[in-house]
Amino acid sequence: MSAADWQRIDRLPNIYCAGCGNGSVINCTLAAVEEMGWTRENTVFISGIGCSSRAPGYILTDSLHTTHGRALAFATGVKLANPALNVVVFTGDGDLAAIGGNHFIHACRRNVDMTAICMNNQIYGMTGGQGSPTTPRGAISTTTPYGSAEPVFDLAELAVAAGANHVARWTSYHVKELMAAIATGLQTPGFSLVEVMTQCPTNYGRRNRLRQVSDMIEHLRTHALLVQKRDRLIREGKPIPEGMFVVGELVRRHRPAMGVRA
Amino acid sequence: MSRMEFMQGNTACAEGALAAGCTFFGGYPITPSTEVAEHMALKLPKRGGVFIQMEDEIASIAAAIGASWTGARAMTATSGPGFSLMMENIGYAVMTETPCVIVNIQRGGPSTGQPTRAAQGDMLQCRFGSHGDYGIIAVCPASVQEMFDLTAEAFNLADRYRVPAFVMSDEIVGHMRERVMLADTVETTPRRPLSPGRLPFEPGEDGVPGFPEFGRGHAAHVTGLTHDERGYPDATDHAAHEKLVRRLYQKIESARREIADYEVTNPDAEVVFVTYGPPARTVWQVMHDLSDPAIGHLRLRLVWPFPEFALAAFPDAKVFLMPELNMGQISREVERHVDVPVVSLPKLGGELHTPAELKRALEVHR
Ligand SMILES: Cc1ncc(C[n+]2csc(CCOP(=O)(O)OP(=O)(O)O)c2C)c(N)n1
Ligand SMILES: [Mg+2]
Repeated sequence: MSAADWQRIDRLPNIYCAGCGNGSVINCTLAAVEEMGWTRENTVFISGIGCSSRAPGYILTDSLHTTHGRALAFATGVKLANPALNVVVFTGDGDLAAIGGNHFIHACRRNVDMTAICMNNQIYGMTGGQGSPTTPRGAISTTTPYGSAEPVFDLAELAVAAGANHVARWTSYHVKELMAAIATGLQTPGFSLVEVMTQCPTNYGRRNRLRQVSDMIEHLRTHALLVQKRDRLIREGKPIPEGMFVVGELVRRHRPAMGVRA
Repeated sequence: MSRMEFMQGNTACAEGALAAGCTFFGGYPITPSTEVAEHMALKLPKRGGVFIQMEDEIASIAAAIGASWTGARAMTATSGPGFSLMMENIGYAVMTETPCVIVNIQRGGPSTGQPTRAAQGDMLQCRFGSHGDYGIIAVCPASVQEMFDLTAEAFNLADRYRVPAFVMSDEIVGHMRERVMLADTVETTPRRPLSPGRLPFEPGEDGVPGFPEFGRGHAAHVTGLTHDERGYPDATDHAAHEKLVRRLYQKIESARREIADYEVTNPDAEVVFVTYGPPARTVWQVMHDLSDPAIGHLRLRLVWPFPEFALAAFPDAKVFLMPELNMGQISREVERHVDVPVVSLPKLGGELHTPAELKRALEVHR
């Protein structure tokens, strides 16, 4: 089998806009599950609501496209009721961190054995570009027309603090690293969060002086700060440059986990 | 081996679920339902089942729905405030045709209301509380024995019709202690699996599709969006939406007679009490005291889908009297189906009507 065999071909074309980053994330995920040797029969994709959450509908496995913010709670039921199933959750920044914030921290705390992949485009894509808990300060969205005044959540750090066994962040530019991080998440017993900074040219870039898709990807590339480099800067007492976000593996550990296959 | 025990209604509810083969419980503590969760927490792990206390009621019903897709008989239990939180995901269970059992040990509302006092104020919410048009099934126990029996039956109904089934109980029956016969196992009608060659949401003749359990290679896509028989979203086509919603509605409404569960006492009566849940107990006392064949009683053990044909069991009825622990929620349903007066006898605050109150109503209205 190859990664292409996991696609639900009869649902194409998908709903994603030209230049959307979600396709790369789905491809990396399918390559990772394929690498794991998982079968379509024993793998379930679960999601909430949003552009990102449409991903399971394009994959040829059992899949549960649920309600906004609640994917991790549904996934907890699936995994605990049948630990033989491999569970992967697709979610977005609004889905995971706003309406689903409570389920997010509790899923990390419980460490139920699953991998959540958050496509963080820093905006509510599906509803047309409203601000989310990860919309940067000063960024324009339809609900922050004068620039967002709110501080943001760092989703990966939140997952680390809440107890997840594996947390990594990459971008839609770093496909090789992303695929490897997802594979690590799939292998790690317990809860894994892989946060992917993605571009939403339609609803974010357009309003924030990143007109071309290539501008957005370049922005992701140049603002990603390797975790090792961040640690070095801290050791050397140097400041972390403004506007950068950390990429790499933030934690991999073996806290007690739930729903791990016997 | 069945056994006789003296126990609380909430415990009997949990025992009924266990006897029916429930293997998953997701819940969040709330008075006066908590004992259901506590008993499941005690019993499920020893039987290889899963008990999990979730972070709220939204997550509780979500987890139960997720578990159901793996083939488990799954349930949650709550009361008013938690029930309100569950509404969106109840609609999701309806739209995705996920069998699950939701127990509501009703307490006084609105809002936090009366946590330790009984009410029947959520009877319309359970029928209509989530957005959109749909049908559900709701049973209403009037005794501890019925907490056991009807909870077990709710699992059969949920599986048979692929729908959320509600056990609409209340603080009185939930906390009452009575003798109960616990059957070790009860008759179960298993979920009909998806037949080979059928689509995941392709209905059978009864409007109910076979169940494409996860992990069996069906590659079922399950979504709360309007979908076709493959399960694929088709959220803008009016015909697809109408077809789906009419089927979700009709698969329950058209099975009303098959689903119905009620008792008729004194069918020749001229004045007829209609009850569900514990107000039946006061009516029993009144009928015992008066032993008058001109007083009838229609006791509904199942309220939704409403069995309007049961009212025709009283052809000589000149008036229907409806004692309810709410402002008359089901009396309006009765009114829609009869030509004679329907008198609502609301009782709020947590106590049952007294026999004297109902006798007075008889004097006034007969
Ligand atoms: C309870 C509820 N509230 C609001 C919505 C509307 N809604 C749909 S998607 C969405 C935001 C999605 O944003 P995000 O999770 O970041 O996903 P994206 O589309 O950006 O991938 C909202 C608010 C909804 N479907 N349900
Ligand atoms: Mg988003």
